[in-house]
Amino acid sequence: MEAIIIGIAKSAIRLATPYLYASIGETIGQLSGVLNLGVDGVMLMGAFSAFYTVLKTGNLWLGLLVAIVVGAIFGLLIAFINVTLKAEQGISGIGVYIFGLGLSSLLFSTMVGTVQTVSGFSPLSIPWLSNLPIAGEIFFHQNILVYGAFALIPLAWFILNKTPLGLSIRAVGQNPEAADSLGVSIVRIRYFTVVLGGMLSGIAGASLSIALLNVFQQNLTNGMGFIAVALVYFGAWRPTTVLIGALLFSTVNAIQIWVQVHGINIPSDFTLMMPYIVTIVVLAAMAKRRIHPPAALNKPFERGE
Amino acid sequence: MKMKRMIVILTLISIFVLSFGFGASAEPFRVAFLMPSAINDFAWSQSMYEALLTIQKEMGKENFEFVYSENMFVVADAAAAIRDYASEGYALVIAHGSQYGASLSDIAPDFPDTSFAWGSTANVFTDLGITNIFAYEPLSEQGGYVNGVLAAKLSKNNIYGVIGPIETGDAKRYTEGFKAGIKSVKPDAKINVTWIGSYSDVALASEAAQTHIDAGADVLTGTSQMTVGAIGVAKQRGALWFGYDVDQSALAPQNVVASVDVIWAIALKPMIEMIKKGERGGKIFTLNLANGGLKIVVNDEALVGKTIEGIVKGNIEVKVEK
Amino acid sequence: MTLIPIAAFLLALLIGTIMIAFLGVNPLIAYQALLKGAFGSTNAIADTVVKATPLLFVGLGICIAFRAGVLNIGGEGQLVAGALSATIICLNFAELPGWILIILALFVGFLCGAIWAGIAGFLKAYFKVNEILSTIMLNYIAAYGMNYLLRGPIMDPLQIELGSFIPQTTRLTHVVDLPRLIPTRLHFGTIVAVVFAILVYIFLWRTTIGFRVRMIGQNIQASRASGINVQKYMVLAFILSGALVGLGGAIEVLGVHHRLFTDGSVSGFTGSAGFNGIVAALFGQLHPIGTIPASLLLGALLTGANKMQRAVQIPSALIGALNGLIVLLVVGSDYLRRSQARRMEQTAESKTNSKNKNKKESQ
Repeated sequence: MEAIIIGIAKSAIRLATPYLYASIGETIGQLSGVLNLGVDGVMLMGAFSAFYTVLKTGNLWLGLLVAIVVGAIFGLLIAFINVTLKAEQGISGIGVYIFGLGLSSLLFSTMVGTVQTVSGFSPLSIPWLSNLPIAGEIFFHQNILVYGAFALIPLAWFILNKTPLGLSIRAVGQNPEAADSLGVSIVRIRYFTVVLGGMLSGIAGASLSIALLNVFQQNLTNGMGFIAVALVYFGAWRPTTVLIGALLFSTVNAIQIWVQVHGINIPSDFTLMMPYIVTIVVLAAMAKRRIHPPAALNKPFERGE
Repeated sequence: MKMKRMIVILTLISIFVLSFGFGASAEPFRVAFLMPSAINDFAWSQSMYEALLTIQKEMGKENFEFVYSENMFVVADAAAAIRDYASEGYALVIAHGSQYGASLSDIAPDFPDTSFAWGSTANVFTDLGITNIFAYEPLSEQGGYVNGVLAAKLSKNNIYGVIGPIETGDAKRYTEGFKAGIKSVKPDAKINVTWIGSYSDVALASEAAQTHIDAGADVLTGTSQMTVGAIGVAKQRGALWFGYDVDQSALAPQNVVASVDVIWAIALKPMIEMIKKGERGGKIFTLNLANGGLKIVVNDEALVGKTIEGIVKGNIEVKVEK
Repeated sequence: MTLIPIAAFLLALLIGTIMIAFLGVNPLIAYQALLKGAFGSTNAIADTVVKATPLLFVGLGICIAFRAGVLNIGGEGQLVAGALSATIICLNFAELPGWILIILALFVGFLCGAIWAGIAGFLKAYFKVNEILSTIMLNYIAAYGMNYLLRGPIMDPLQIELGSFIPQTTRLTHVVDLPRLIPTRLHFGTIVAVVFAILVYIFLWRTTIGFRVRMIGQNIQASRASGINVQKYMVLAFILSGALVGLGGAIEVLGVHHRLFTDGSVSGFTGSAGFNGIVAALFGQLHPIGTIPASLLLGALLTGANKMQRAVQIPSALIGALNGLIVLLVVGSDYLRRSQARRMEQTAESKTNSKNKNKKESQ
């Protein structure tokens, strides 16, 4: 029993890692009022650029850095279209997705050619903590990007709730007119959050291609970025609830794999459905909670309208 | 003046001779090939692409040309492509995917001078009166069986993990063969099977491999392009891997014991010969161990050799539950 | 005013030119192939229109949802719901007369699309489940459900007999084939789509319910204040949106494929129309009539792009990247178009104002 729980929990934590980076990035962007449905495309670009860098140089940290830079460039592109050009965000995101999917596949075809592996970040045991019973085995024998993802939650919570920057981000998403009249630059804040979101999506991609899977293939993320966006709504724009959502989704997924491995006689299609069904049902059951969606979400800012 | 006329005449003659010369030399055999994933998917599509490259190398570029459309996972688009290729006069149009069969049976009657081929299937639509469709079918259960026997010999825990895409088609047959192979050696074996529900979810395949190993498996196998994720896990955690479609040993040389390499050329070469003779379809090409259409690429040649020999000679019978 | 999106479109093609040239292919030949593939022959035009048809259905559904202020990105799942239910009807009632069976199948497809989207609408209205989350999840659930049925209960018996286990149904009875318009793949479903575009227009702009749907999209607070049951209309918008998409899915089966199949995901059947239809709706200014030419344009682009791959043998990924770029630039340019339109309105207004003034003065 203990081994089962440890196995499932370790699985869940690994599966949750890319979602955490991408969802937190998206949360911050949405809190400032910008919806980006194209997370999956940015993740793919991050995954490819990290993979390619590591393939050519063998330097993992350089790979991560390149993924962050590529993510930031995509963030700038998204910000330019959504903030400066005030595009319809639901649709520009689909454009970002299609573009990122196409470009990463194209670069892979022309620059790499066929599937290859790299040796990515390997699991790193944390001294002392890794010796804890059960928890040590579950939490403290993971790779560095897993630790990073979990460290990101309190960090994001702190920045969003306890710093002037966090306050500005929320103000811009909640009431841009008021924020503007107080001298907060809407454009600058939104560029900042969207670029940050791009960087985190880039890391999310890298966490797959140079840490978890150590391989790149066309459409490596397989729609993970969309789930990451969905988890923002599950989390109601709070990093802690985003964490719960990501862990719930990943745990159910880990359990469904476990159920299949152990030959419990349910058609695989139904076990595969479980993470999606459970996420919806749990969210519906929490209907009574208070949610404060950013009032200006998906609304470009027009001064003096 | 005369000089000029001479030049004109000479030019005309030379053009005539040249064009006649070209006409006389054999026309290249032209093939169009469309596939559901990319030519570098390290599985289904790549293996067929490599087969065409091999044939081109053997026949020479001047005698064999081929073009392709990749990522034609949208069947309606594939149908348009098939029709287009056929109308451009390709001698053979290969629709490399079992989802394309229905479109082929619609299109083929309109192009009686073109041959079409598809797989994996044993259906050439002769029941509909169609005569220009070939089919090819690897008996993937045979490859699975050999892998299974080998796996059983090598496993210490006697627990095995299979990571398949969806429980159907080639993947199902391979898995059944793999199970049968193991059971022939170790009837008490524990074989755990997971289905990912997708051909491309690398992350889930990787996590399935982790769970298999957690559950005690020390030998893993699987089909389709998403298994690259599982191979990575096998490499990291020291499990053995058995591959399918192409030789996957490059991804983890220490761990990939054997791969079932599907040699599509074994079906394509006689197909091309038939077309050259004017027969345009109606034949099913089976790829198996006996005809070399399935090749086991391994480290331990001896052990596998025996199993292959057994199947070829009929000492070992491969049964699959339908 | 309409020049700006066209300029954006051309800019995307220009960037595409550089990318194509970079791969060592003559861009002129490539684009020529694209045009030829989309419009070069009767067959090409028919293919374009056939491709545009599901985009139009999805686009119409998106128009209704968007106008009500909700984002329906569950088109893929709703297409599957419509297609799957229509297929099951045709398999089970094959002995019915053709036209009755067609109407029945289309109606059931319409209904099941409505139900599938209605779940998302209901969850949003009464359980505060955000529609982006629920529709994404419902897309996956629909895909797995379809896989289950196709590799088991409704699999073609021939596939089991042959042992090839291809996950598809048998070919549906010929009596349910939608009539062909000309001897190409062009089918009657396209006409149904155009008729529905007009109906959606009438619904949104000529009926009270349509007016209320648009009102909650424009200002939810004001709608509430004026006594509109916002919840009810939100669910209604979702249901209608999904119904149109579901009908589109059913028509794809009866008009194009005549059977259902799966490749694990659903995009092999839908051609990602559930997403591309959203783009079509925006290109059509979220107006049902505008969505007609927008779907055609997108259909032409997608059809032509495949021809481009065939003709000059460039990786299909480049075409994907190019499509994404077109969406981005056209969506991005929309603001310039809007602000230009506003400026023109303002100058027109000030002109009429000054004219009035002059009139008054002269009087």
